[in-house]
Amino acid sequence: MKSHLLLQVLARYLIPLILLFAFYVQFHGDFSPGGGFQAGAIFSAAMVFYLLAFGLPAAERVLPPSWLRILACFGLLLYAGTGLVDVLLGGEFLNYSVMAKTPLEGQHIGIILIEIGVGMTVASTLTLIFYAFAHWSRLP
Amino acid sequence: MIDVVLNIVLLLFLLTMAVSILFIRHLMAMAMLFGLYSLLTAALFLVLDAPDVAFTEAAVGTGISTVLMLATLAITGIHKEKRPKIHLPALLLCTLVGGLLVVISLDLPPLGDEQSPALQGVAKHYLEKGKEETGVPNVVTAVLASYRGFDTLGEVAVIFTGGVCVLMLLGHWRQKPSVKVKNKIRITSR
Amino acid sequence: MESVLDLVLGHFNYWAVIALLMIGLYGIIARQNLLKKLACLSIFQTGVFLLFISWGYRHDATVPILAEGFSRYANPLPQVLMLTAIVVGVATLAVGYALIVRIHKAYGSIEEDAILEKDQQEQE
Repeated sequence: MKSHLLLQVLARYLIPLILLFAFYVQFHGDFSPGGGFQAGAIFSAAMVFYLLAFGLPAAERVLPPSWLRILACFGLLLYAGTGLVDVLLGGEFLNYSVMAKTPLEGQHIGIILIEIGVGMTVASTLTLIFYAFAHWSRLP
Repeated sequence: MIDVVLNIVLLLFLLTMAVSILFIRHLMAMAMLFGLYSLLTAALFLVLDAPDVAFTEAAVGTGISTVLMLATLAITGIHKEKRPKIHLPALLLCTLVGGLLVVISLDLPPLGDEQSPALQGVAKHYLEKGKEETGVPNVVTAVLASYRGFDTLGEVAVIFTGGVCVLMLLGHWRQKPSVKVKNKIRITSR
Repeated sequence: MESVLDLVLGHFNYWAVIALLMIGLYGIIARQNLLKKLACLSIFQTGVFLLFISWGYRHDATVPILAEGFSRYANPLPQVLMLTAIVVGVATLAVGYALIVRIHKAYGSIEEDAILEKDQQEQE
């Protein structure tokens, strides 16, 4: 891997900002534009940037693909699991109102939970896809 | 008024970009134009009062899908398209379908119309009752996560399936055996 | 004269969307290069996104985030549909790119006629 000094220095300053912004978008999505889909996309864009600047082995040390596979499944299961918990608590599938004492509180908890699930799945799936392409481009 | 003018100017840019993507033969240049095209789309979404969509398009379209296209180019190592011929049946078909669609479009409600059917049904309910029923001021998040939660679950499943498909096609384990054999030989020789 | 201007201003978005759709469709049918075909497919997809977002637009309205002092908001429903569609779109596009990579490995080319020729040679 050739060293790309300019890219690496830029990446060192920009990636923390991008990640911070991704988390802001994830958790402030109820009040400002944002949510799981956007946060996941921004997070994976940061990982793609890291991979481009430092190469695949470094990126795989930061976030191993095996973790990403587990995270992708876990996000989807968290989403579906939230729905199942609602059923067990006596509501309909994905009706969050039954999750807390007042319907509004329940809605809040439910929305945050499934947004986290969406964010996890989107971020890890898009990063995994890019890992696969990067891995393939290194083959002879 | 200013946003309508801005909208039209951006749309003209977008059309120019689409035509140049169609006609440019250098594939690397096409990938770059494609990134610009996505950025213009994101700007257009912002002008049309859709910041959430603009966000996603800027991160996904400009960032990830352009980089994926470049990665495909890097893997295939092909940088130039053969000189294309004019495909007469396709041209005829597109003009015909396009003309029909333009005639149909005259019956659609004009941009920003109050009486447009899209604004009448559930959309009105979401805007009026959304805050009371979900407690979330961002109506897009409320509809995405609460009202249409089941729909979104399906979408997430599709994304997951797409990722699984890519891993099946380009997965690491296909290449593993040769690597493992090499390692084994090295271990035994030690 | 006034009514013609109104018609153009009100329907320009639809016409631009139709032009995008047709550019995409023509590219999908007529271009031989598989990567070019996928790019044109994306143009087609963007046309659909734009159509929905145009339907959600309202004059003198603001973004659909409820706040004090505003009463007119854009329609949130098309925005939600397109938001998810964009992310799904990139996942499916990635499957297409992966298929191109595999096709290139198997045939050594991503031009449609070269692939067909090779197929025919193998059959004979």
